[in-house]
Amino acid sequence: MYPFAYTKPADTRAAITAGARGGRYIAGGTTLVDLMRETVERPDTLVDIGGLPLREVQATASGGLRIGALALMSDVAAHPRVRSAYPVVAQALELSASPQLRNMATIGGNLLQRTRCAYFRDVTAACNKRQPGSGCAALEGHNRSHAILGTSDACVAAHPSDLAVALVALDAGVHLQGPDGERGLAMTELLLRPGDTPDREHDLRPGELITAVEIPPHPRPLRSGYLKVRDRQSYEFALTSAAVVLHLTGGVIRDARIAAGGVGTVPWRLDAVERLLAGARPSEQLWAQAAAVAADGARPLRHNAFKAELLKRTIERQLRTVGGTR
Amino acid sequence: MSDKLPGEDRRDGHAPPGVSRRGFLSTTAAGGVAAGVLPSALTAEQAGASIKQIVASGGHSSALSVTVNGRRHQVTIDNRTSLLDLLRERLALPGTKKGCDQGACGACTVLVDGRRVNACLTLAVRCQDAEVTTIEGLASDDGELHALQRTFVEQDAFQCGYCTPGQIMSGVACIREGHTGSREEIREWMSGNLCRCGCYVKIVNAIAQTARAGRS
Repeated sequence: MYPFAYTKPADTRAAITAGARGGRYIAGGTTLVDLMRETVERPDTLVDIGGLPLREVQATASGGLRIGALALMSDVAAHPRVRSAYPVVAQALELSASPQLRNMATIGGNLLQRTRCAYFRDVTAACNKRQPGSGCAALEGHNRSHAILGTSDACVAAHPSDLAVALVALDAGVHLQGPDGERGLAMTELLLRPGDTPDREHDLRPGELITAVEIPPHPRPLRSGYLKVRDRQSYEFALTSAAVVLHLTGGVIRDARIAAGGVGTVPWRLDAVERLLAGARPSEQLWAQAAAVAADGARPLRHNAFKAELLKRTIERQLRTVGGTR
Repeated sequence: MSDKLPGEDRRDGHAPPGVSRRGFLSTTAAGGVAAGVLPSALTAEQAGASIKQIVASGGHSSALSVTVNGRRHQVTIDNRTSLLDLLRERLALPGTKKGCDQGACGACTVLVDGRRVNACLTLAVRCQDAEVTTIEGLASDDGELHALQRTFVEQDAFQCGYCTPGQIMSGVACIREGHTGSREEIREWMSGNLCRCGCYVKIVNAIAQTARAGRS
């Protein structure tokens, strides 16, 4: 690990001033400290935002939910309102990492966690994300865990967050505060596909800080759930995952929001699946038909072609779990 | 003058009185003093003092006040120091183990302000005024083991023992959190602690037994 200066600002304004000067924010630190030790990350100054008052979870006036960016994963997963209204969020969180890591990691940090691509983490390997222009060792290397959707010739790294997949399904966004004031971004605007610039992972400006995540109001009743498929039962990143959110009344699906994890360079919204579900009545046949298009457009690599079929099955199973057949 | 190292002529395989493996290692590590013939002339805490001298300069170090197992410590640390290294190398508390040093194995699990965390991914500089509990702090002052330590012994819930301090600290938190409703629940909520010897069945036994006893 390279030496760094450390500062702990007393308020958000002071933190943003330090961030705008080039300081690197540290929240839970579970990704950043790990990558600093690997010398993938080499910040000159760490700006400790752990003491800022951004931990509250509260209902919004419009009927949505606002989650402070520094709320811990474990606290949000255990929050009564989250558990009752958004099971997909609570489940995505509890299926992430380990109890210890969830006690450290924050909601904002979770969204900005960096890929688990082994070549990104290995400073001796070619990686356009870590060192633009150096190439992508994963393209012809061990790429079993990599993305099949949203990839480019420059990068095939999968986005590792489960929470982000649930939030994309719920049409959530983030509140930002920066040197030039406040603004908001949809989750789908925050996280960027690699294209030719895989080193640019998010649309944050220098010094900008995520202050909260907001889930907009949804029609009720709302059923939701998260399924994660992985090489071991717990404490592992997803090979595939499915966030399913359904609004059902009178035996008809009025609204379907489906997203997938483990397969995309960003959390992947499955519009084609949603279109087949909207207005239809739950049935075994419907779930199979809708899931059949889940991997459309996939671009498999040498070791991860299985993910296309696994994704369809993951989506189908979770549609059945959340939607039932009545 | 004998050219034998202390204890070399002992045949029972035990260290001579006054020389612990830990003390021997830490004194020899602290600058190779006197070629290893120092039977605990330096305490581990003094060994830490010599480490202090290589703390990075130029605003890369910080003063830290932290309470560990009820005892307050004031130290100056290199900002890079993990809580794990602070405990082991500076505060002479080597019970907390370094396994992977990347948050993947749980051997370094300690409680910070009552919550279980990975000490390897916790920068010590961020623990200002925190209350840390390590495996050394679980037993009572008169040396009576914590209930979970006792059941680990009763259940023989380890082989090599390296992951055990982390397992026990994590297990203590798991019980406090109430995640012990079934063996499946315990397994899930203990999944952040790996055991390469594969003692999982007995580890779950020990936690389930301790949780049951606590409920009755």
